[in-house]
Amino acid sequence: MLKPIFWEQVMKKILFVGTAITVFILFFIIFYILKNGLAVVDMEFLLSSPKDFGRAGGIFPCIVGTIVLSLVAIIIATPLGVGTSIYLSEYTRESKLTSIIRFGTDCLAGIPSIIFGLFGFVLFVVYLGLGWSILSGGLTIAFMILPTIIRTSEEAIKSVPDYYREVSLSLGGTKWQTIVKVVLPSALPGIVTGIILGVARSIEETAIVIFTAGSVLRIPTSLFDSCRTMSVHFYILAREGISMENAYGTATILIITILLINAFAYWLMHRLMAKYS
Amino acid sequence: MKSRENLIQFGLLIIALSTIVILLLIALFILKEGLPIILRVGIKGFICSTHWSPQQGQFGILAMIIGTAWITAGAILVSLPLSLSCAIYLSEFSTPKVRGTLKPIIELLAGIPSVVYGFMGMVILFPLIRNYLGGAGPSILTASVILGIMILPTITSIAIDSLQAVPHSYREGSLSLGATRWQTIRMVILPAAKTGILSGIILGIGRAVGETMAVIMIAGNSVIIPKSLLDPVRTLTANIALEMNYATGDHRQALFATGIVLFITIIILNIIAHTIARGGVEK
Repeated sequence: MLKPIFWEQVMKKILFVGTAITVFILFFIIFYILKNGLAVVDMEFLLSSPKDFGRAGGIFPCIVGTIVLSLVAIIIATPLGVGTSIYLSEYTRESKLTSIIRFGTDCLAGIPSIIFGLFGFVLFVVYLGLGWSILSGGLTIAFMILPTIIRTSEEAIKSVPDYYREVSLSLGGTKWQTIVKVVLPSALPGIVTGIILGVARSIEETAIVIFTAGSVLRIPTSLFDSCRTMSVHFYILAREGISMENAYGTATILIITILLINAFAYWLMHRLMAKYS
Repeated sequence: MKSRENLIQFGLLIIALSTIVILLLIALFILKEGLPIILRVGIKGFICSTHWSPQQGQFGILAMIIGTAWITAGAILVSLPLSLSCAIYLSEFSTPKVRGTLKPIIELLAGIPSVVYGFMGMVILFPLIRNYLGGAGPSILTASVILGIMILPTITSIAIDSLQAVPHSYREGSLSLGATRWQTIRMVILPAAKTGILSGIILGIGRAVGETMAVIMIAGNSVIIPKSLLDPVRTLTANIALEMNYATGDHRQALFATGIVLFITIIILNIIAHTIARGGVEK
């Protein structure tokens, strides 16, 4: 009769060890990068241009490139993503059409970035003649982050209680007025969360950027200029062994940025969910 | 007023169709660029030949398919024990407070850029493998371990959600019949959460198959049929990314054709995940 209890103890220990290993590995990665990178990072590293292909100097152009590229992506993806989620949650019941749109969104979310890269390269860089530019890169990245924005906004819109809508409609508001004046303002933190997660994803992206925005190490002056993001810069520094020191420095900035952005997004969404549940 | 409402609804419908349009555009452009070479070489000649030498006009991607399969299988083997124990422990044995703290932290870590994971493979695993197992470092083993770690957050987070979605009455029913916690997990909760966990695993497989930059950094990229876990291999994704910037003509088409194979694989994985998830809901 002792046996099941014995197994319970054994399994609990095994599962605990597995959990500990998982958490340890993930923390180790962050710790290791920060340990080696923080020494390199100072104001000069952030605000000066790279010299000698990145062997010396800072990463300022890459910071600018990263910001501009994610901004363009977000400006394109937000109206599409939020519009889709409004349609899915406010205008339709579950039907054949919505399930096709949902399936399409899931598929888009699963498509590897290299395929987006190939696609953006043929359509924007070659076919539409935009060249390797911020515009080509921003458009392609916008397509990649669309599913993230759709899902998060939909969740946020659905979390707005139905009586909010009923009150507005009973006061004579039209459906659109209800959405714009009642539903969207209440769901705003969640929608912003989706947009922020989209920013994080575009900062992480490497393959798409190389294929569609190029990797020119200069501060871009127009949307038709090529640019290099921090991820691409890090990749080139590390893979070609140009400068391990600056690679660690760049990775440190990347990781800190992403973790802060994700933590903020999580906090925002958590607040929204707590408010309505 | 009514017509304006209808116009808005119509406009939103058009926007909502954008994901489908984008998906179709991607398929269209990849097919348009890649299909001619597949038709010329033949599907069999393209997929079942191991000869990849673009200069001689030989385009067989079997070596890359095998490379992708090995690394993906390895990644799942590394990832499953860890992510499942993590999910089961956090969902069934830990206090809600611990779960509430650790789950978001694990999800935050999904945001570490893949190039950073690849870099960790270079600086941590290469020396370890060189010193203790032999070989140069870039190998199936390195790539499997790193990709396995990379997909940990994805699988763990979905598995926790599926376990948490199992109604509490299931647990209470089983425990009140005298079963231990572990018996309850094994015989009641895991079977009930099976579909959700499976679709999480399939999403993880999709991520591993599609990963590009990290794999280029650590898999070695040689076009060979591997004989051991320490051999370097090239994946489908790496093949595209490595050669695209200088490929022209047939060679370029062959890279797009590699993209077609990848695209179809991912869509099939998604259909499987979708079907499994829907089956779970209907039940």
